[in-house]
Amino acid sequence: MILPLKLENVCYQHQNSRHDDRMEALKNINISFEAGIKTVILGPNGAGKSILLKLCHGLLEPTEGHLYWNNLSPEEIRKNQAMVFTKPCLLNRSVWENLDYVLKLQKISREERDKKTTDILNRFGLSALKERAALQLSTGEQQRLSFALALSFGPTILFLDEPTANLDPRATATIEHLVLQAHDQGTTIVMTTHDLLQARRIADRIIFIDEGRIIEEGNATSFFAAPKSPEARDFLCGRLSE
Amino acid sequence: MNDESGIFLSAVGMIFSLDAALWEIVGLSLYISLMALFLASLLGLPLGSLLAVTRFRGHFFLSILLNAFMGLPPVVAGLFVYMLLSRSGPLGLLGLLYTPSAMIIAQTILIFPIIAALSRQHIENMNREFDHQFSSWGLGLTSRIKTLLWECRLSLLTVLLAGFGRAIAEVGAVMIVGGNIEHMTRTMTTAIQMEISKGNLELAMALGLTLLFLALSVNFMAYSLKAYANRQMGGAL
Repeated sequence: MILPLKLENVCYQHQNSRHDDRMEALKNINISFEAGIKTVILGPNGAGKSILLKLCHGLLEPTEGHLYWNNLSPEEIRKNQAMVFTKPCLLNRSVWENLDYVLKLQKISREERDKKTTDILNRFGLSALKERAALQLSTGEQQRLSFALALSFGPTILFLDEPTANLDPRATATIEHLVLQAHDQGTTIVMTTHDLLQARRIADRIIFIDEGRIIEEGNATSFFAAPKSPEARDFLCGRLSE
Repeated sequence: MNDESGIFLSAVGMIFSLDAALWEIVGLSLYISLMALFLASLLGLPLGSLLAVTRFRGHFFLSILLNAFMGLPPVVAGLFVYMLLSRSGPLGLLGLLYTPSAMIIAQTILIFPIIAALSRQHIENMNREFDHQFSSWGLGLTSRIKTLLWECRLSLLTVLLAGFGRAIAEVGAVMIVGGNIEHMTRTMTTAIQMEISKGNLELAMALGLTLLFLALSVNFMAYSLKAYANRQMGGAL
């Protein structure tokens, strides 16, 4: 088990090469992610939510501080996590070939790949689209395929960076259903979103970030009922009144 | 019938009568340019990919150099290969000067920077788009390059066609290192130049028309490939 994941005094700075100065995107983050909990990271635009997710997933290196996984090798850590991005990133191949490619990366034999691809396509309702070019699918279908590609790794923890930001309500509901289904099957969920109603529907735990700092963190029900910080109260009021 | 239209009609007649002298020259030109394209791709695509996905000491300088060499004058490339292969040159012992091999080397040098620099641009754009996704999937350098080359396959085909277009239409370098020897190193462009100076305008025109047809075919193929790629990408290109 790779969890819990602990972040200690993590900072991240963007290098602004034009002015040779540094912009601090995350400041002194101390947080941990336990197994089996659905965590939603909330915050306004530019708060540092996506950067936090990318740091956790290893796509970015912290400029200060450390991330601690549960005493596993870097290879095992990498194999046990996956990420779904806001914009689906798919190969210029058919739906079937996209899945086959990702399974091939996992060094799965041809026969097993064929079987697994069929299973995954059925599970994600993509069987009828298997011959279609992935880039010709609707955005909702593309995101569903991205989700299937990520889950094909069998991750212990799944990071989702605003996965429904560009989707209509129906596609959003499908993705939310898949998130909850993945959680029920034992995957720990860490997700960012702008959608407060979605956060209410999904989260067990909320981390509220503003200007690169964790302002508030705790149980989702308590957070929405009575946010402790003025920043979170303003954020919720502003959002809910829209 | 005036002289010009007479020359034109004779030239068309030569093409359709499958004139042996004409088609020998066309065949040799195609052989040399396709071989040069093959060698330049073998060197240029891996270098372009490496420049696109890695950063190393000298990366900036090499990128600038490749871009600058895209406009390398053919006579300069020809002079360089001539000095290399001439009897007193470092590779003079190979006896390659005034052979098709020397012409292939010269054309390879000419189109290699085009293939490397243009492929770098295409692959770099694609890599930027996929960077985080590929890292998330745990792709190493070799897998990343192989995947990017395949994902850019249609754009890269147009790069190869551009390289071929440059090679087939080139005259300066092949004239210097090939010498325009009949039945041996005479290509379309060198033959056109010679036939004009001899006043044999029918053959020059026939070769010119064939060259024009090849150039048009190359552009037609490039355009069709782009359209096909656009359809494949769902209009995303």
